[in-house]
Amino acid sequence: MSDSSETTFAEKWTGNRRRLLVDGAKTACAVGLFGLALGVHARSSSALPSAALRPPGALPEDDFLAACSRCGLCIRDCPYNILKLADLGEDVAVGTPYFTARTGPCEMCEDIPCVPACPTGALDHELTDITRARMGLAVVVDQESCIAFQGLRCEVCYNICPVGGKAITLDYSSNPRSGKHALFVPVVHSSDCTGCGLCEKACILEEAAIKVLPVKLAKGELGRHYRLGWEKKKEAGEALVTPDVEHRYNLPEGVRYEHEGRGLIFDRPPGQPAVTAPGAGVDDTPFSSNPLDTLNRGIEGAK
Amino acid sequence: MRTPIEHLGRDALEVKGWFGAYKWLILRRASQIGILGLFLLGPFAGLWLIKGTLAQSLLLDVVPLTDPLLFVQILASGFFEIGTTTVIGAAIVAAFYFLIGGRVFCSWACPVNIVADTALWARRRLGIRQSARLKPSTRYWVLGLTLIVSAVTGTLAYELVNPVSLAHRSLIFGFGIGWLALAAVFLFDLLVMRHGWCGHLCPMGAFYGLIGARSLVRIRADNRAACDDCMECYEVCPEPQVIPPAVKSLASGGSPVILDGNCTNCARCIDICPNHVFAFGLRFGSQAEAEPNDTGHTGMAAWSPPPARPEQERLIA
Repeated sequence: MSDSSETTFAEKWTGNRRRLLVDGAKTACAVGLFGLALGVHARSSSALPSAALRPPGALPEDDFLAACSRCGLCIRDCPYNILKLADLGEDVAVGTPYFTARTGPCEMCEDIPCVPACPTGALDHELTDITRARMGLAVVVDQESCIAFQGLRCEVCYNICPVGGKAITLDYSSNPRSGKHALFVPVVHSSDCTGCGLCEKACILEEAAIKVLPVKLAKGELGRHYRLGWEKKKEAGEALVTPDVEHRYNLPEGVRYEHEGRGLIFDRPPGQPAVTAPGAGVDDTPFSSNPLDTLNRGIEGAK
Repeated sequence: MRTPIEHLGRDALEVKGWFGAYKWLILRRASQIGILGLFLLGPFAGLWLIKGTLAQSLLLDVVPLTDPLLFVQILASGFFEIGTTTVIGAAIVAAFYFLIGGRVFCSWACPVNIVADTALWARRRLGIRQSARLKPSTRYWVLGLTLIVSAVTGTLAYELVNPVSLAHRSLIFGFGIGWLALAAVFLFDLLVMRHGWCGHLCPMGAFYGLIGARSLVRIRADNRAACDDCMECYEVCPEPQVIPPAVKSLASGGSPVILDGNCTNCARCIDICPNHVFAFGLRFGSQAEAEPNDTGHTGMAAWSPPPARPEQERLIA
């Protein structure tokens, strides 16, 4: 018999302890090294390339890699066959599902069949409204090549967007090149974009100017200690900090300056003639509402 | 008497005829290929009797099945809100193999078994006798390791290299280079170590072995008195260390049942033995009740008649 198992088994009981120890140490070393290599491999393959998008409802990548059993059931239940299982040698962790927006975007099925198909919960079953999915975030990555920024009418991404008119809107502005036309520029709103990738698929350029990126890559994040004063004020209904002491302007008596509103104001204390700027026609402002008045006054003065 | 290796199985052929000498092997191959075929029916014929992979699947759109080791790996990697389908699936599979023998998975379901058996056959044909030394218990180290690596990295790290699931996925989803895992196992078993992967390293096998360590269905050597030490069963057995405690313990009064959890119930020993030493049976029932029997139902016969009553009571208790 060439198999060594019987001999080592026997030795265990005949008490060849040195052999046993050496064998044990060898096994521990080999298995440990294998484990180390495996750990390093797992680390390096846990980074998802930015072009690979997870199916709707996928947990954050860290949790997803712990929860996904690589069974492929989501792939079987995708009616458009856009999901793929990563193969050996790809950058995506082998056996996990992903799709590529440019070649096969998520078609946003209303019943989201891939999600209930997931047996482990790696795709969150709480997700029942596909417009709440966040597979990624579309970003107009290249304004230099997007033809809308050149003043050409395109709007393909805007028109194909399944979250109609909310995830992508068109910003109008004047076209400084022609001086008389408008620019219709696509703007993505992270509040509504699901990251389905239909816009990236539809982009008419050779290389899409609008791309779906992982949310983490696409979004900035305000420091957690930041508070936007005006929002807090709105929430609370009043200023949460001591209001600014009003700046004292060196103004003549009866004249004051009001922030956030009317600007320079001329008060007329009772019993006194109104303080008016030279040439003022109307009561509380030195300037007439009719711009021609000044001109007319000038003409009168010349007479 | 030691059979020359080139005459392996000749005695059995003479005594039992071709079908008798290969019966269980044929059934096993039918089971392995049949299971793979069921998985392939969906993608290739549109008939979705079973969907998914060996890691996790859905039978007839109703019954969930989960590889128990995969379930434990998910827990080890720190994800606890596992869907109930997965939990139920793991329970069903574990209960099934708990009854019929954990490593029945290895010999009757796992596609890698065909590769490992082919490597063993090629080894024999090419006369490769040398083999690396490693204890069969190394598999438990590897098993522990898969769980530790899962816990440390927080991902199902072992699934990145698991040749069983890599190969199965690659066959079912008809893509790429996952089948290279099979080639790796083949070359390892052929050139480096006899019974290398399945018999020494595979943590899935180790885990299934633990699940079925007390399983009901067992190979029994009730007719062990007829053993003439031809050693052919050792030659074909994927876990040869499990045989002697049952077959060679007649004098010391040991149990004739192969009780080692690593017996895969592959039944090659039943096929190859010209003296009808082995048969399928249950773990309960003692040698005294067993009639030498070549029908393959010795264990059943020993368990059901009245003399076996104490054992039945033990089972109920």
